[in-house]
Amino acid sequence: MPMTSIRDRAAIVGIGQTAFSKHIDKTEHRIACEAIAAAIADAGLTPKDIDGLVRYDIETNSELAIIYSLGIPHLRFFAGIPSGGGAVCGTIVLAAMAVATGQANNVVCFRARNRGKRSVTGPGKFQGGRPWERAPSLLTDAYQYHIPFGLVTPAQEMAMIYRRHMHEYGTTTEHFGMVAVAQRAHAARNPNAIMREPIALADHQRSRWIAEPLRLLDCSLECDGACAVVVTSAERARDARQRPAYILAGAQAEGPIHIQLADYFQHRHEETGARAVARQLYAMADVTPRDIDAAMFFDHFGPAVLLSLEDYGVCAPGESGPFVAAGNIAWPDGALPVNTHGGSLSEAFIHGYNHILEGVRQIRGTSTCQVQDAELVLVTSSNTDPTGAVLLRR
Amino acid sequence: MDERQPAADLQIPLPVPNLDNEGFWEGCRQHQLRLQSCRRCGQLRHPPRPMCPQCTAVEYEWAPLGGRGTIYSFTIVHGPTLPVFAPSAPYNVVVVQLAEGPFIVSNVVGCAAGQIRIGMPVEVVFEDVAETTSLPKFRPV
Repeated sequence: MPMTSIRDRAAIVGIGQTAFSKHIDKTEHRIACEAIAAAIADAGLTPKDIDGLVRYDIETNSELAIIYSLGIPHLRFFAGIPSGGGAVCGTIVLAAMAVATGQANNVVCFRARNRGKRSVTGPGKFQGGRPWERAPSLLTDAYQYHIPFGLVTPAQEMAMIYRRHMHEYGTTTEHFGMVAVAQRAHAARNPNAIMREPIALADHQRSRWIAEPLRLLDCSLECDGACAVVVTSAERARDARQRPAYILAGAQAEGPIHIQLADYFQHRHEETGARAVARQLYAMADVTPRDIDAAMFFDHFGPAVLLSLEDYGVCAPGESGPFVAAGNIAWPDGALPVNTHGGSLSEAFIHGYNHILEGVRQIRGTSTCQVQDAELVLVTSSNTDPTGAVLLRR
Repeated sequence: MDERQPAADLQIPLPVPNLDNEGFWEGCRQHQLRLQSCRRCGQLRHPPRPMCPQCTAVEYEWAPLGGRGTIYSFTIVHGPTLPVFAPSAPYNVVVVQLAEGPFIVSNVVGCAAGQIRIGMPVEVVFEDVAETTSLPKFRPV
């Protein structure tokens, strides 16, 4: 262990969110402010106490826009983490570094995102709706090697990777479906979830193809909403209003791939960012996958949970399908309850940020699918590069 | 997408070649599959980039390839997708592993969607999609 580490140096002491909805009818600016204000209040703080801010660098809201609206008088620390689903936990890692080194006292991290089909859109590349629908007619970046062939959306990109997993290990679309079924059952208990009606495997198998082997019920929700957290030092967290979720460990990884999200130009199973993150994380925390009580795996698509179970060492490569089919990710009886809020498939897709909030709720003991005496919770970013993860503890 | 234009009026998004990749697209225009080959260590690379990730050399040449490969993975796209591609759905997108090693994203032509399999041998054919642009596609061998 290096002399300086973020291990146990910081904690999440406030969480906040807006409603999650297919069409929230508010700007991304407004929902960001609402979620952040809620997180600050939850922490027992006021905007005057906030001196740091971390956002996704594709976030529409600049730090300037946020502090101007919230009345935060002075930021000492502000930064963005590249990517969308790859960013998630990196924001927490960076905030923990800032408070551990005294660069800031109380750091807000957030994601605000209107991506419903009828969302309030704007002129920005990532502002509202579906960014891929606004692909330029002339392609100057690496997407010029995809889009002219009709490879346009994240579902299409990821479908290729999941198809390969099926080929190599015998994983089936029924295995994919068991992820969706388990998470919907979790969402059924969660009043914040957009999709709460329980589904059976047959419903999954009947749902329409989006990009084979992905069906509609494998896909995350196109919806609107915002989430925010407040990170503070472990010392200050002792006086917090809520039970702190201490950041036991955190890590990021980025491998040399040609675009974010999907890399087809090398054999996926040689090495992935998620596996590198898992190694760093477990070494820093001095724990093994068996010590984890609940996991919030990034799930832009259900099969991402399968690959994450393998990347994070819960299952050996190729064994995630049977593991999920045996009920192991389902609360309350599964060996490792996963996405106990319903995840991106059934609660909401806030680019993974709702997973951080659920991780904190599990540590606080306030989840609607509460794992009894949960002491250690894993939260991850998208399992393909770039990526990251944090381990939260009581 | 309520006011979707007929596909005939739409143009697929086109690549804009630059100094680092123009050899690839120029090769396609001449119906020849060429990839970057490092002048120092000989490694082939795709997509194009200015520096060899194996040895950091910036000198390279555009090496003609045999055009043969096998399907590494694929998807059948049903949509949603861009309006220009929607009338073609369901359509395939494949990753081909070329005989020389590198991977390339493409489509299989002359083959029903249900016939596509991982490991299937294919060879390159070129499709002229605009006056200045041809795309490397693949057909079953």
